[in-house]
Amino acid sequence: MTEYDVVVVGAGPGGSMAAKTLAENGVKVLMVEKRQEIGSPVRCAEGVSKVELESLVEVKKSWIAAEVSGAKIYSPDNSVIVLSEEQAGNEVGYVLERKIFDRWLAKQAAKAGSEVMVKTSAIGIDKKREHLVIKLRRMGEVFEVSAKMVIGADGVESRVGKWMGLDTTLKLNEVESCVQYLITNLKYEMDYCHFWLGHSRSPGGYIWLFPKGNSSGNFGIGVMPSMAKEPAKVYLDRFLNEVGIDTSHVVEVVAGAVPVSPMEKASTERCLLVGDAARHADPITGGGIINAMKGGIIAGKVAAEAVKNNDFSSKFLSKYDRLWKEDFGKTLERNKILQKKLLKMDDKTMDKLIKSLSDSNLKEMSITGIVKELIKKNPKLLWDLKSLFF
Amino acid sequence: MQSKRLIINRFKCAYCGACISVCKNNANELVETFLRIDENKCNCCGLCVKVCPMNALSIEEV
Repeated sequence: MTEYDVVVVGAGPGGSMAAKTLAENGVKVLMVEKRQEIGSPVRCAEGVSKVELESLVEVKKSWIAAEVSGAKIYSPDNSVIVLSEEQAGNEVGYVLERKIFDRWLAKQAAKAGSEVMVKTSAIGIDKKREHLVIKLRRMGEVFEVSAKMVIGADGVESRVGKWMGLDTTLKLNEVESCVQYLITNLKYEMDYCHFWLGHSRSPGGYIWLFPKGNSSGNFGIGVMPSMAKEPAKVYLDRFLNEVGIDTSHVVEVVAGAVPVSPMEKASTERCLLVGDAARHADPITGGGIINAMKGGIIAGKVAAEAVKNNDFSSKFLSKYDRLWKEDFGKTLERNKILQKKLLKMDDKTMDKLIKSLSDSNLKEMSITGIVKELIKKNPKLLWDLKSLFF
Repeated sequence: MQSKRLIINRFKCAYCGACISVCKNNANELVETFLRIDENKCNCCGLCVKVCPMNALSIEEV
């Protein structure tokens, strides 16, 4: 049985950053990916903040599909907030080509010294006194490896957490059900990201368009299954039909689920969870790439320390929870409260709010920036959010 | 003695894993692009049917 210090399950941005960080710290690490191709099929709208991404990796042209110069947010009655260039950098900025990006990140992990296996699923974990026995299935062959601890970066459908005693099962009001078409020959304003709000067209979620260059764009929707009466795809098709989008040039269909309810603990004895497995996606935007990468780095550092100290207790590993909460966890918590407020808001109120910003000069395009401005213009309606944002 | 069964429409399934994320019984698994149901564990609660963005799942009387 091959012995590793750490096994990372899943080779998305979270897993790769964790494996890379571990390898850089001299830890013997194996990263397994159940798919035969890293990064495909994507389950993602692919938009990331420029500033945030640049703080984490050196940006390569090969995996940037497009840059956006702004964003437009439409209310249910199509009133619009326009956020232009200088203000637009924070929440979105780059639109990635995840297929290339994810592979590039996995290669960085490999370059740093992590072993990588694809077409390899983790199918069970046996907890021994001094280590874990992780059962893997690679191209039909079942075998076991030993590890001192495991990092679950196995996405929204995570099993690692459940095997290790962390309940990661999502309820129908804790998840967005998503579908997206990559449409080409798209006749639309393509240097902007577009977001359409309103429970009538996307119950408990929103509709997006992220440009991907060359008249292509990701047109997608997320709906909350506890509020939606029909499947996500029905709502998206209806919307595209209503706004007259030509769907005769769809070159890719992807679906997915996004966890939109953070959890208290993403660590336990001999285990850390990162990315969607740890529910680190943002409850408002659904964005998860940056947090997955940050969480991966933090998890890699904490796991490397655990290996060094030979301490894999839940007490030691809870340092991970403390660190991700200090970093992006506070925003997740705040945006969860904001999400609850928005879920209860009817479309007419949302129209009113969006209209109230029509003549505002927004200084920053971020959830914080927009909500602060909304609170200023609508203090009575949003009084309960005030302490969260000021 | 099961009178209901979960049916997968494989022509609609986009193997996204949404159904796995809500299953309390761990009755499903995504084997790359193939959704596998463990009928011994599935109690036909219907949560996966509701979360499926593609309308690929249904519960049928047997």
